[in-house]
Amino acid sequence: MFGHLVAPRRVVVTGMGIACPLGLGVENVWKRMLAGESGLAAIQNFDTSALPAKIAGQVPLGTRSEGKLDINEWIPVKDQKKMDRFIQLALVAATEAVEDSGWNPGEDQEEERCRTGVMIGSGIGGLPTIYEASTLIQQGKTRRISPFFIPSALINLASGHVSIKYGFKGPNHAVVTACATGVHALGDAARLIALNDADVMVAGGAEAAVAEIGMAGFCASRALSVGFNDNPTKGSRPWDRDRDGFVMGEGAGVLVLEELEHAKARGAKIYAEVIGYGMSGDAYHITAPTEDGDGAFRAMRAALKSASLQPSQIQYVNAHGTSTPMGDDLELQAVERLWGDEAKNLAMSSTKSAIGHLLGAAGAVEGIFSILAIRDSVAPPTLNLENPSRESPIDRVALEAQPRKIDTVLSNSFGFGGTNASIIFRKAG
Amino acid sequence: MSDTADKVKKIVVEHLGVEESKVTTEASFIDDLGADSLDTVELVMAFEEAFGVEIPDDAAEKITTVKDAIDYIEKQKSA
Repeated sequence: MFGHLVAPRRVVVTGMGIACPLGLGVENVWKRMLAGESGLAAIQNFDTSALPAKIAGQVPLGTRSEGKLDINEWIPVKDQKKMDRFIQLALVAATEAVEDSGWNPGEDQEEERCRTGVMIGSGIGGLPTIYEASTLIQQGKTRRISPFFIPSALINLASGHVSIKYGFKGPNHAVVTACATGVHALGDAARLIALNDADVMVAGGAEAAVAEIGMAGFCASRALSVGFNDNPTKGSRPWDRDRDGFVMGEGAGVLVLEELEHAKARGAKIYAEVIGYGMSGDAYHITAPTEDGDGAFRAMRAALKSASLQPSQIQYVNAHGTSTPMGDDLELQAVERLWGDEAKNLAMSSTKSAIGHLLGAAGAVEGIFSILAIRDSVAPPTLNLENPSRESPIDRVALEAQPRKIDTVLSNSFGFGGTNASIIFRKAG
Repeated sequence: MSDTADKVKKIVVEHLGVEESKVTTEASFIDDLGADSLDTVELVMAFEEAFGVEIPDDAAEKITTVKDAIDYIEKQKSA
């Protein structure tokens, strides 16, 4: 089956785009994150009175030049009704990423288009769209369901719309692994390039479940923070003793991954190289991680092995760190176990402290933060880590960003169903 | 121009996002106004909603121009 393969090809990152609670635009978001700003706020756009959790991270409204979102600037009004918000956010981030990469082969470059694919996933997809359609059925208006309902809600339509917009005719795929989606999308897309299925992949994750139905569902599974409704920016506090659940966020992160020689040949700006990727399953519980954090441990170990690295060669870990009472400590334990005596030299932070948990988009936006940490030699902060619930030799970059020498970064994402993924980026060159 | 024609054209402009001037009576949704097959399904649904009429699928398939829509709706209303 794979007899045509000679050796895996090297994969680099040549474009990045983001829409998240800190705004639009990679540089804008990163600057705000390093300044310790928070994108979390009380939910205003729907009634939260029946919900125990009333805060979230939502993409701020405004113009593109302000680093905020006016969807009319991005998608024609008549097309907006054909796509759930998660697809709209994916298109926004993908547009920035493609523009940033400078890779946009025209109609006369058929072969190049056929060698460019898309893999943008989502954890949940068009949940609000499904809710609206079911409301029509409930009201006896089944015939009023839009012909755009199904394509609006389907998860792989984020990849579909991006491919249609740019004419990318290579592999068109979508990952669905709950909160591990983003990392799986980046890792799997990188493999498609490494194995010669494509030269360029537009990859990432998108999520827009900050709606009554999404909030109610996660409230019911007791996953969300409910104790900081009056102080939203304090709600996401990974590893802090007062943490009480995650804060839901929405957004999208998209990266342009490219085969190294392809990128060099066209003189592309190279941000970093994808050098390792590891996965594991817990085989344990639908929502809870194993009590010893072994799934996280094995995913990180597999990523290190695939990169032929020792733990000591990683300077920064972008943690999954969602701010749940159980998950944070288990991940910390797993990292301590894997790093051993080297843990004292490691920095690890959770950028979810500033933007909340973007579910299927989390791994993709955190991949972007990981790469920027390398570029700028700085570890982004873990906001609200005022009183760690547990001591650790690992520097968790509490409250303020830290300049550090960083050339190799590991980023973790773990999802419901017991799915774990880790990816490793290294400074280019 | 009849009220029906005005209302039909307004719905077409809104749903297909086209210039009002392009929505002539003779205009074809697909050939002239850039609609695809799903757009036309949605358009017919919008006509049903706006005029309180029911347009069965076999009739809907024959509504391909602005004029087809106006004629069908006026016939239904006078029936």
